Amino acid sequence: MNEWILKFPQSLTINPGELVDNVIRQFSRNHRASLSVIKNTTVWMLSGIENLLGMVPWWLLILLTAWAGYKVSRKWKVGGLYGAMLFLVGSFGLWALMLETLSIVIVSVALALALGFPLGVLVAMNRHVETVMQPVMDFMQTIPSFVYLIPAAMLFSVGKTPAVMATLIYSVVPMIRLTSHGIRHVEKEVVEAGIAFGSTRLQLLFNVQVPQALPTIMTGVNQTIMMAMGMVVTCALIGANGLGMEILVATNRTEMGRALMPGISIVFIAIILDRLTQGSLARKPLGEDRREAL
Amino acid sequence: MSQALNSEKPETILSVRNLRKFFGINRAAARKMLQEGAGKSDILKRTGVTVAIDDVSFDVERGKIFALIGLSGSGKSTVVRCVNMLQRPTSGQILFEGRDIVHMDKKELYELRRSKISMVFQSFGLMSHRDVMGNVAYGLDVRGIGKGDRERKAMEMIELVGLEGWAHKPIGDLSGGMKQRVGIARALCNDPDLLLMDEPFSALDPLARRDMQFELLSIQKKLGKTIVFITHDINEAFKMGDTVGIMRDGRIEQLGAPTELALSPANDYVKEFLGSIDKTKVLSVRHIMITPSCLIREQADPVTAIREMRVNDVSTAYVIGRKMEFIGILALNAALQARHDNLPSVASVITRDVPNVEQNVLIGDIIGLASETPFPLAVLDDRGRLEGIVSRAAILSCLL
Repeated sequence: MNEWILKFPQSLTINPGELVDNVIRQFSRNHRASLSVIKNTTVWMLSGIENLLGMVPWWLLILLTAWAGYKVSRKWKVGGLYGAMLFLVGSFGLWALMLETLSIVIVSVALALALGFPLGVLVAMNRHVETVMQPVMDFMQTIPSFVYLIPAAMLFSVGKTPAVMATLIYSVVPMIRLTSHGIRHVEKEVVEAGIAFGSTRLQLLFNVQVPQALPTIMTGVNQTIMMAMGMVVTCALIGANGLGMEILVATNRTEMGRALMPGISIVFIAIILDRLTQGSLARKPLGEDRREAL
Repeated sequence: MSQALNSEKPETILSVRNLRKFFGINRAAARKMLQEGAGKSDILKRTGVTVAIDDVSFDVERGKIFALIGLSGSGKSTVVRCVNMLQRPTSGQILFEGRDIVHMDKKELYELRRSKISMVFQSFGLMSHRDVMGNVAYGLDVRGIGKGDRERKAMEMIELVGLEGWAHKPIGDLSGGMKQRVGIARALCNDPDLLLMDEPFSALDPLARRDMQFELLSIQKKLGKTIVFITHDINEAFKMGDTVGIMRDGRIEQLGAPTELALSPANDYVKEFLGSIDKTKVLSVRHIMITPSCLIREQADPVTAIREMRVNDVSTAYVIGRKMEFIGILALNAALQARHDNLPSVASVITRDVPNVEQNVLIGDIIGLASETPFPLAVLDDRGRLEGIVSRAAILSCLL
């Protein structure tokens, strides 16, 4: 009797976990063909990006980063700092691993944007879609990121494809949210003006709402990149090669020194990506540069 | 006067009939309560429905400016938004050139908005991602008109509103007044038949506002556009409107020409509303002139003239010719002098060069003249006949 009051009774516990496992296994068996299409496409994109990055000489990439840093900040010091950061990553002996990490990030972000933008538009335009998507997005953002690794690994085994999938799912949410937020908060009279001059729904969307929401949408892009950057390290747990793998190995061996270099490298890359994307959108609302930006 | 020139019957371009607009879910219950004579606050409390417009009807004639005025929340902006279906009316008809736009399908509605009705917004509604040219040409852009044609037409409009040289500037560089010029140019660019203006000058400073009012009036005169003009400034409404409607709580309290409203307000609300207007800019001489009590013929002998003036207890008399044409003014002491000199008639002692005014001149325009003239001003018709006089006391009473 006492047991019943103080401890949660054993007889009332359920185990839906097994059910979930079975569903995913079943799904994986039944959709082998379409899953392999996804996998092949992802692999194809990954190798394409990796090859592309591989073709760029290391010094050119550093120079390009420095130049982009100068472009967004209008200060040579800043550009020089970004270039130096990237140079340091190379001198840690992590250049190749960094390129691998970067290619996963690029592919995941490209997919997240391609998926998140139309979804964001739909959420903004349609109340029913919003009602469905809102709790789904809350769910996706609050679940610990590790959890995404398991179904990704179950469906695509180990390697970079499940890493891209897990990163995509984790990082797509801010893109959807900020796209729909941006579109919905375009100044009321500007939207009314669009309608009053006879825009069709699509014209209104692409001539008025999306361009007006662009600063917010760009914040979404920035957030997506940052989240992908965070997730891609975790993805080492399912065998995605790159800087994360180096940290994972070092952690397993408790080699602090060895973990430090890739850790710092990831921070550097994150800073550079963040500042470059943020800087390019911070300048836009000021006017002069706006036309070229669009 | 203008009606005499325009022998054609005025054409009604827009006719709004029994327009109602409720905001909220439970509209049927609200309608029922309204029919039972419930007040708006009761309806809101019981059903959660806001009655924005309650049975509004009015006609707008082609080429005229219709001004709708009311305090914020009176429903004036909702009325104008119903006319181009930015808001769908709950019930009622909106007949534009005889066709009910409430029941138009999507395509017809696009067409209507693209070529017949356009709108100017209170906070401009300009697209900051397009430059001045891009904004002005927007209406033509969505119609699918080629770049060359639409930019040529847009440039014309940009020049019309006085923004030459600003065509390729971003919107952010413009002042408030200039932004609204862009708004007006954009609205005119489609060459619409009807222009809806929702408090277009409310966001401007007083100086810019006066400039823009003047500019709009001259543009309207040039292009002859029909305008529905929303404002909360009674002076603006009276300045711009050929017809003015005063709205309260979703109803039109009174509808009429500015002078009609100023002279005979329908109720205390209208009277109070009109309290702040400058009557000298609304009323004209016709409204305050009186018939002179003492008229003397040019050929009258001095004795008769003096007797006439004594009887009427005046020191000056208005002298007229055979056909009632105005000759001048006879002062009492001049008449006395004439009798003393045994002149046969007063003709030689009349003050002839007397300032005079016409019936339709605004009172505001004759204040200066009246203050410089020692006697009441003579009001003449276009053939020089005396119609009445305007005393300084009457003018002063308009200023109060």
